[in-house]
Amino acid sequence: MVMWTRRSASLSHWLATRDRPAPADGGAGARSGRAASLVPAASISGRALAVIIAIMTFLGSLTVGAVDLVRTAAEDWTASIVREATIQVRPVSGRDLAADVRRATEIAVRFPGVADVSPYTAEETRRMLEPWLGTSLGAEDLPIPRLIVVKLTDDRRTDMTAFRNALAAEVPSASLDDHRQWFDRLRAMARAVIVVGLTIVSLMVATMALSVVFATRAAVETNRPVVEVLHFVGARDGFIATEFQRHFLWLALKGSAIGGLMALAAILVSGFVAARWRATAGGDQIEALFGSFSLGSTGYAGIVALVLLVTAVAAATSRWTVMRTLGAID
Amino acid sequence: MVRFENVGLRYGLGPEVLRDLTFGIDPHSFQFLTGPSGAGKTSLLKLLFLSLRPTRGLVTVFDHDTARLSKDELSVLRRRIGIVFQDFRLLDHLTTYENVALPLRVMGKDEASYRSEVVDLLDWVGLGDRIDAYPPILSGGEKQRAAIARAVIVRPEMLLADEPTGNVDPPLAKRLLRLFVELNRTGTAVLIATHDLSLLDQVEARHLIIRDGSVAILDPRHGEDGGW
Repeated sequence: MVMWTRRSASLSHWLATRDRPAPADGGAGARSGRAASLVPAASISGRALAVIIAIMTFLGSLTVGAVDLVRTAAEDWTASIVREATIQVRPVSGRDLAADVRRATEIAVRFPGVADVSPYTAEETRRMLEPWLGTSLGAEDLPIPRLIVVKLTDDRRTDMTAFRNALAAEVPSASLDDHRQWFDRLRAMARAVIVVGLTIVSLMVATMALSVVFATRAAVETNRPVVEVLHFVGARDGFIATEFQRHFLWLALKGSAIGGLMALAAILVSGFVAARWRATAGGDQIEALFGSFSLGSTGYAGIVALVLLVTAVAAATSRWTVMRTLGAID
Repeated sequence: MVRFENVGLRYGLGPEVLRDLTFGIDPHSFQFLTGPSGAGKTSLLKLLFLSLRPTRGLVTVFDHDTARLSKDELSVLRRRIGIVFQDFRLLDHLTTYENVALPLRVMGKDEASYRSEVVDLLDWVGLGDRIDAYPPILSGGEKQRAAIARAVIVRPEMLLADEPTGNVDPPLAKRLLRLFVELNRTGTAVLIATHDLSLLDQVEARHLIIRDGSVAILDPRHGEDGGW
């Protein structure tokens, strides 16, 4: 105290030797070192919010992974379907079925854009129907159509209409199925899955944003005395909002990164389990439907994008909420 | 510097707590604001500190009509005013150094540019060895000095102090008053709100006496120049 009394006279010297700082500074200058947070971290219910964000990001990432899996599988199915067509030759009374099959095969082989033609023999057709008809019934006694599998080099170079007309002109009992109907159905299904997935992810992000709104409002209310002091020392609302935003940005980054990593781990474990089951009947079905059950690069990119999106939305939401709350305080 | 013209203030639909205030605060001036409890001192300080807007009349601060300023413009204007609260209003989670440096940080200054300045000021107000201490462990007098240091660190053009000696013993009150006088000599206009009559006798300064929402001005150097 004595020291202070002696030095109080020096205050005038301190004041006289220093320039008055410019008051209209923008309040966003760089600082050296790590300044203490103006909003006490303990005053924000951070752990609960980080857990909510982690769970939302985990579920969202699984959805993104599932959408990517279905999209990739649908693309694979589509690619194999559009590279194939099937000629069906029906048995018609008065016509030689074997001759019609030969003639249709010749037309197909000569047609531009056709890479390979494989007619099913009578024996192959019988074996194909064996699971349904059994071995006792003679397939040759039934009017069963014969199939010719046509592999296309590139579906864009094959004029399917001309192909269909050429067949109809010489083999009236033949019809060409270019699998367009299946292709359209698959494409519609894949689109529906993507739309549903994106809707689910959007709802999850919206729920997370609402959680951030409530947490931010509570944080501003809890820190009302801090906000008042910051206003008294000349802080603009934007400066105060940045202080809160910094907290929520870090919380969201932590939560979303944990959620994203957990989802990646879950997908990797699922792929590993699916690989172990590959030899079983169920595993074969899964592989037939979803391929190797592994995420492609777009899936990984989607999860990383979701983590960044969640972080950005949380930061922007907290800033918007602080600005609105401060506006209401005034 | 500050002009009040026929200013009135009411809270919500209640009665006017301040009525027809007309006075000014000149640059480099020193004045006391005094009056009984509940007379409206705190409300008048809030108007001076741009924390409230008048319900009628004109308040001009640094040639700006406060009614026309946006919230952000008021914040920037507030940086030219230092305020010392009776309850200090230090942030408990920041050290003494960080509390005093707060106005500079809010202005966006680089910490390297003000660190020595803040340390020097803390040293000069006798808190050199309490730089890293947190407010909850400071004594009342230390908190008061930290609050004053925070108010003067930006060399405000006007300093407002609300009962700055309300929580300290008479010797410390005397020292704090000397600090304000020093500050005034370097060009800062000072207004001290107090009902400590012993404090009023120690400095020859203008008195703004508030009673029942109206202000009278008593200047010991020139006699009374205003009335209720």
